[in-house]
Amino acid sequence: MSSYHLDHLQFLETEAIHIMREVAAEFERRALLFSGGKDSICLLRLAEKAFRPSDIPMPFLNVETGHEFPELIEFRDRRAKQLGAKLIVRTVEEAFKKGIAHPTPGQISRNQLQIPVLLGAIEEFRFDCCIGGARRDEEKARAKERFFSFRDSFGQWDPKNQRPEIWNLYNARLNPGENMRVFPLSNWTEMDVWEYIKREKLEVPNIYFSHERECFRRGGQWLPVPPAHNDNGKPDPYDGARPKPTEKFSKLIVRVRTIADMISTGMIESRADSVDDIIAEIAAARVTERGTRADDKASEAAMEDRKKAGYF
Amino acid sequence: MPHSQHPIEILRFNTCGSVDDGKSTLIGRLLYDSKSIMEDQMEALERSADITGGGQINLANLTDGLRAEREQGITIDVAYRYFATPRRKFIVADTPGHVQYTRNMVTGASTANLSVVLVDARQGVIEQTRRHTFIAAMLGIPHLVIAVNKMDLVDWSEDRFWEIRDAIEAFLPKLDVFKDVKFIPISALNGDNVVDPSKHTPWFEGPTLLRHLETVHIASDWNLSAFRFPVQWVNRPNDPTNHDLHDFRGLSGQIAGGIVKVGQKIFVLPSGLKSTVKQIWTYDGPVQEAFCPQSVTLVLEHDLDISRGDMIVGIENLPGMTADLYARVGWMNPRALVAGKKFLLKHGTQTVQAIVNSLESKVNIHTFDSEPLPTEIAMNEIGEIRVRTAKPLVFDGYGTNRLTGSFILIEQGTNATVAAGMLLPPSELVKPEYTDFAI
Ligand SMILES: Nc1nc2c(ncn2[C@@H]2O[C@H](COP(=O)(O)OP(=O)(O)OP(=O)(O)O)[C@@H](O)[C@H]2O)c(=O)[nH]1
Repeated sequence: MSSYHLDHLQFLETEAIHIMREVAAEFERRALLFSGGKDSICLLRLAEKAFRPSDIPMPFLNVETGHEFPELIEFRDRRAKQLGAKLIVRTVEEAFKKGIAHPTPGQISRNQLQIPVLLGAIEEFRFDCCIGGARRDEEKARAKERFFSFRDSFGQWDPKNQRPEIWNLYNARLNPGENMRVFPLSNWTEMDVWEYIKREKLEVPNIYFSHERECFRRGGQWLPVPPAHNDNGKPDPYDGARPKPTEKFSKLIVRVRTIADMISTGMIESRADSVDDIIAEIAAARVTERGTRADDKASEAAMEDRKKAGYF
Repeated sequence: MPHSQHPIEILRFNTCGSVDDGKSTLIGRLLYDSKSIMEDQMEALERSADITGGGQINLANLTDGLRAEREQGITIDVAYRYFATPRRKFIVADTPGHVQYTRNMVTGASTANLSVVLVDARQGVIEQTRRHTFIAAMLGIPHLVIAVNKMDLVDWSEDRFWEIRDAIEAFLPKLDVFKDVKFIPISALNGDNVVDPSKHTPWFEGPTLLRHLETVHIASDWNLSAFRFPVQWVNRPNDPTNHDLHDFRGLSGQIAGGIVKVGQKIFVLPSGLKSTVKQIWTYDGPVQEAFCPQSVTLVLEHDLDISRGDMIVGIENLPGMTADLYARVGWMNPRALVAGKKFLLKHGTQTVQAIVNSLESKVNIHTFDSEPLPTEIAMNEIGEIRVRTAKPLVFDGYGTNRLTGSFILIEQGTNATVAAGMLLPPSELVKPEYTDFAI
């Protein structure tokens, strides 16, 4: 007998499906930002639930810094293929060539540079809406985000002047050049994501599970040692991101809790090698998942500033 | 499914009240005392305490996520926070106290099961207390908590607590929608009666705030009595290679009221066409029945002309259907509302042109009385209006169904969301005969 009652995951799921379908109905040129990370993996399942038996009515879009974990790229490509979706990849490297982004002197991380690449892709394909996997519990500027987050024609977010968002009535109206970022997982926590991965038996890239890896200590974190540079005449893309002789270096049993690229993802020491272990680990965790991200540590307003400029 | 254990429920609540009543501090305290603050968040708080706070950590900085908010020490927009105890999961909306940001308060409150209205014990009941209590009532939030805060600054005076309680109980009957109202004396700053009982209030017998949030009975907010299905997206795989899918024509949407079963007769409104539910399709396989607020895809017996914006309803408990609407609105734009203005109106999955024909009344926030025939409804004011839409809406009164009884107004050109609208119950329901000629 059914009790006509939804548990918390079923509630979050139906809320997200409703939002995905609003996107399909209200926008003409939409894309789904798919990185292969745990949040976007949930987005894909929600898209299947929202649109099957039809095709998912939007391509997947990913911005590469060039410093990605190879495991993630492999997983991303495979998943897109399995789902029969078109995958659009735009890279920071290409953007350098086209002149829409420029290397920042002295800065190895290309995290900031994802912004012009993303905005470039939005312009190139004239996307009016991008679905992203950001969650409000990740970070306190994100906690201020609407489900439907309006961006002006420069891709900027104006946090002091957001549209009221009342009930489940989303105002999707845009003028030419403007666009919308939509975040169906807004109300999900890190725990909800893993519980959903468990319930739906979703595959995740193996770097989320504990494995042995060479790491080095920098800025209070264990960073992965980048892949070897086969000196093909080109400059080492990881120049500056390799351990210096003075830095502590060791082989550790680690996993990632949140994935940026190899330069900005701190590895956590962990023996969690199943989804159940990860759920137990998060339940006992004393730091937030973003505590392992170098990109957020820059300043108290690091995320707010990037978001205003057009970040995910 | 988690097997043996009880399914975990989500309680959504918001904190409101005037500027500096301590909303952000209260949420910080709830998170802190329920051990939901992580070490890196704590470190960030301590860092900013050293820089700006003379070493004293400021719990409000946990939710004031924008630079401008931290600089000015005020909340501008809603911040959402998430925490869980073994009993429940909580989604908290910390909503701003400034009158100027009332629209953001409405944003945070519109989806809440429970509202916590803070009152500064020194100031007692002020205009914002009344406004926010009124808005909570207007939005149909079933549970209300009045947290009398800063009790430490009035020497934990029981008399003062009762004075405030009496002042609020004097006007509550005018609102008359809350299922329950709880008064709790607290100090958000020191944590008294927030998570742990206070030793300063031996005279107070009630639960702490967190205990109340964990145990208040949130009977389903959803309407399960009248089937309503706003068609959101027509699902046509159009796959010529797959025989089963070639003719598949599904209607996808989120059930906005009631229960639907395979074999059930339905009407499609406004056309009045009739059919029967042939299949309830979900990604996880077909189901025999589905209920509000599940998202499903319906397949009907007949291949009818149905598109986004149509509403499928059960043949009993019919809704209203008219283009002449009477509604209460909360106005959210600096340019006041005057009669004769045109807007886009979004109701369920339908967006239509609309004109505001007349302003019928406006609420006086000091007395809660209605003042008839105002010339305008200004920002943050609440009034009743008549609206005419280009196409009839299929709707219920907001009091009966929050999903089919609500709408927003959008200003053309700027695309600003300018009003939250709540429809009054229809004066007439769709007649079953209406649908007969249309078969
Ligand atoms: N003594 C005392 N001070 C308190 C208490 N609660 C909050 N305060 C102080 O009151 C001031 C305002 O608190 P906030 O939490 O920022 O107020 P708010 O209601 O969030 O304000 P807005 O968000 O701008 O509407 C701060 O200086 C707090 O430290 C309390 O229980 N006792």
